[in-house]
Amino acid sequence: MLEDLTEAERKALAQCRHAVLGRERPLRLDCGVELGPYRVAYQTYGELNADKSNAILICHALTGDQFAAEQHPVTGREGWWETMVGPGKVLDPARYHIICANVLGGCMGTTGPLARDPGTSKPWNLRFPVVTIGDMVRAQAALLDHLGIADLFCVLGGSMGGMQVMEWAASYPQRVFSAVPIACASRHSAQNIAFHEVGRQAIMADPEWKGGDYRLHDTAPARGLAVARMTAHITYLSEQALQRKFGRNLQNRDALGFGFDADFQVESYLRHQGSTFVDRFDANSYLYITRAMDYFDLARAHGGVLANAFKRSPTRFCLMSFTSDWLFPTRESREIVHALNAAAANVSFVEIESDKGHDAFLLDEPEMFRTLSGFLRGAANARGLAGGHA
Amino acid sequence: MSIIAPIRVDLQLIADMVEPGGRALDVGCGDGALLAHLVTLKRVDARGMELSQAGVNACVANGLAVIQGDADTDLGDYPDDAFDYVILSQTLQATREPREVLRQMLRVGKRAIVSFPNFAHWHVRLRLVFGGRMPETPSLPYKWYDTPNIHLCSIDDFRALCREMGVRVERAIVLNRYSRPIHMPPLLANLFGEQAVFMLRRD
Repeated sequence: MLEDLTEAERKALAQCRHAVLGRERPLRLDCGVELGPYRVAYQTYGELNADKSNAILICHALTGDQFAAEQHPVTGREGWWETMVGPGKVLDPARYHIICANVLGGCMGTTGPLARDPGTSKPWNLRFPVVTIGDMVRAQAALLDHLGIADLFCVLGGSMGGMQVMEWAASYPQRVFSAVPIACASRHSAQNIAFHEVGRQAIMADPEWKGGDYRLHDTAPARGLAVARMTAHITYLSEQALQRKFGRNLQNRDALGFGFDADFQVESYLRHQGSTFVDRFDANSYLYITRAMDYFDLARAHGGVLANAFKRSPTRFCLMSFTSDWLFPTRESREIVHALNAAAANVSFVEIESDKGHDAFLLDEPEMFRTLSGFLRGAANARGLAGGHA
Repeated sequence: MSIIAPIRVDLQLIADMVEPGGRALDVGCGDGALLAHLVTLKRVDARGMELSQAGVNACVANGLAVIQGDADTDLGDYPDDAFDYVILSQTLQATREPREVLRQMLRVGKRAIVSFPNFAHWHVRLRLVFGGRMPETPSLPYKWYDTPNIHLCSIDDFRALCREMGVRVERAIVLNRYSRPIHMPPLLANLFGEQAVFMLRRD
């Protein structure tokens, strides 16, 4: 299964582990297609303890990947959650066995539209089946089976990662001792679907996209993908953060240029975000993963009542939201809390004051670290995990 | 093992009423002192609800299961009989609808434990009758214009409400101004009690 890799995938797989799953039992996707064999690329930090009780699964967001806490093999930049994971950090590899897997549909080594359809031995591209958050989680569960890990001390993640966390808790309650969905919602809102649609249309409007078969034509819809990223990036910030960082400051000039170059710093910043993104992300993958988020509606999968998703849940939950996050506002976290209360589940919920918008969960937010380390300490005590007392 | 600091006397009395190993919800849990006590010393599956976000964040950072919420509006989320005990300490008098809060507590919990300041304490009576001013006492330390206590009651008022609601009083402990339990007939308890702790259940 290692033929036909992109340069990025080759570099990624050289720096992480992977498992080929679904040979005997293919993955039954929500769309009805049976997928198998499929590859899951994952990274681990820290050792699994003797009774296998210290495993933590990190679920990454839309454009994240398995390289949470190390130099990225493609971009050379630091891992996307190094604020949270690492020696002396809240998720310390000295204490926990931390697993982070690239999601199904992704482009860092896990099977997605870049892979070859074993049926036709042609690249999947847009013929890859549409996957859901549920499918991503089932693939992760299959990975844990493969690794011989029966249950997780904690599943955590922000944004789309938080959606996976809730799906984990709903689908595998006995395998999830504690769950931390951060800055997320139980279903994708109309506004969020709308923003994703703009991104997808930007990709598909790029003439180099070629119906998704750009690799066959040796092209790439880089401009479309960059625009998609620029739009999305605005939704990850807040009005205050943009104003504080850039205001109306001009970029490398003293006066307006009376043209359409990047006069303003904020334009230059967004262009930079767009152009660096295309070096590490695949356009078709972007279509598939945004679709998975759009389709997420946990209540709908449980008779329209969100509380039903958590009935008799033994899991300890800790939710966090950020005051300036308008993509996944506090209200949506609160709805999940209401549902968890209705299911009499064990839940903590903290809203954190921050002007950094949705991206706050990736940044240095001491209140988030304090909350999570306290929650994990309590959970470790309850599980009898060494290092719980402090 | 973390060291559990001594807690307020009324909280200790509440903690003593809770059987080990059960499930409890502390409504208006403040800084989580009672919760920590119940979790650590009584092995209770204890949850908290607190109005102030700062209080919630501090509790969760201490490993306690607490959410931001309001006694008046958020008890309705919980299913019937979700807890063995629902606790409301020194908060009933600050709710908008104390009667409805009590009803919800006894729906969500098999038992309710309520502590409140006694507005018929002699100190309060003296301040009002002879001072001619709204009483300010150690258990009611607010000016009339900034007090959160909008539904104060006496011990006898509370008993009357329990009778009216058909709620059984399983235990009632009355504390004097030195926070010591006193044992007196109701008339005197209502005069000398500064605060009271009641354990209630549906009849």
